[in-house]
Amino acid sequence: MPLDRDPDPSLADYAHPDRLVTTSWLADHLGDPGLVVVESDEDILLYETGHIRGAVKIDWHTELNDPVTRDYIDGAGFAALVGAKGISRDSTVVIYGDKSNWWASYALWVFTLFGHPDVRLLNGGRALWEAEERELTTDKVDVTAVDYPVVERNDAPIRAFKDEVLAHIGQPMVDVRSPEEYTGQRTHMPAYPEEGALRGGHIPGAASVPWARAAAENGTFKSRADLEAIYTGEKGLSPSDDVIAYCRIGERSSHTWFVLTHLLGFDKVRNYDGSWTEWGNAVRVPIVKGSEPGTTVSV
Amino acid sequence: MTDSRTHDLPGRLADIVDEFQALEKAQRLELLLEFSQGLPALPERYDDHPELLEAVPECQSPVFVAAEVNRGDEADAEVRVFFRAPREAPTTRGFAGILAAGVDGLSVAEVQALPDDVCARLGLEEAVSPLRLRGMTGMLRRIKRQVAERAVAA
Repeated sequence: MPLDRDPDPSLADYAHPDRLVTTSWLADHLGDPGLVVVESDEDILLYETGHIRGAVKIDWHTELNDPVTRDYIDGAGFAALVGAKGISRDSTVVIYGDKSNWWASYALWVFTLFGHPDVRLLNGGRALWEAEERELTTDKVDVTAVDYPVVERNDAPIRAFKDEVLAHIGQPMVDVRSPEEYTGQRTHMPAYPEEGALRGGHIPGAASVPWARAAAENGTFKSRADLEAIYTGEKGLSPSDDVIAYCRIGERSSHTWFVLTHLLGFDKVRNYDGSWTEWGNAVRVPIVKGSEPGTTVSV
Repeated sequence: MTDSRTHDLPGRLADIVDEFQALEKAQRLELLLEFSQGLPALPERYDDHPELLEAVPECQSPVFVAAEVNRGDEADAEVRVFFRAPREAPTTRGFAGILAAGVDGLSVAEVQALPDDVCARLGLEEAVSPLRLRGMTGMLRRIKRQVAERAVAA
């Protein structure tokens, strides 16, 4: 049975407050039947250095991605993966991680591809939990495997592919990479050259909103009013817009997808997980360089 | 008996490769964590000279490496390697720890002869992913380049 939502007033203004929990709510509910806590980090060993008591680990790279095709695992793979972690279809899953929940957001988005009903983020992620000096343990977690039904992914509502993005040019898009990547000064994030691309710039018409603008200093999400000031105010997006978000491989844009979908209540936001590592290497797709969104198709 | 993974490696590095290869995938991660915890602290003399440390942008975390070549006869001169990597990046620290344990103290000739694919021989591709392992290759490449420059200068 799913757990009740966190009634903390700090979450009440968001469009879907049931998608977030506070650190204190999680601390109070650890061990509750029906709750599975998942840590998902960029660093594959961070969990082993200490994790929230009882939390299981899911690694985006070695577990959520298909090892051969550039795609996510299929329904059978997902069922086997999460069943082995003790997650059943009616579990309340709370995900947290490093880097302001980048990878946690990505994992949550993948859970959503499979339609897992109750999946939430820990607001503030691992960093806030640590900053509040809450307990981390290296104790091994005793997991009882459970059956998880094979549910095939439903990509269409929240995932965009290259051809769809091409057809979407002229409609709202958000580029969540750094300004240097957006303008085309850089083809990769500072410190991530291995995921570079042959061309720099952005998809024509995409607005630049670096993902971190949605995060407060302690790694929690900014208030709804502050988020609205950015996305609907400054960038002129509307909750009824059909929006595509992208970054480099789809992880930072999962964070923005979460913000637009669950915190601001946008109806139709898709994450383009091919992102710049696909677009910036694809032949003959239009690219705009510089700080203006641009609309001209330049081949 | 020669092993294609270790026959061209100096002894300590060969031992580390054997140690990893003898383990199951999950245990390899645990061993990597041990190397992460065993990474020696950066000598104090670098505190005032951060410019002597070279960033390794192939890594997903801020990690720095410095190679020193002690006096000696050209190819026999001893190489020292030092790293700075943050606690919250244990995978990167683990890579650094392996190189500290396997490369520090080798001669210039031994370092120059290290095969470029040594990082791929630990059996970590599946456990860690090839993408992440590129960071370790990046560290080794920088060590070899620094040693080449400093051996000439010495």
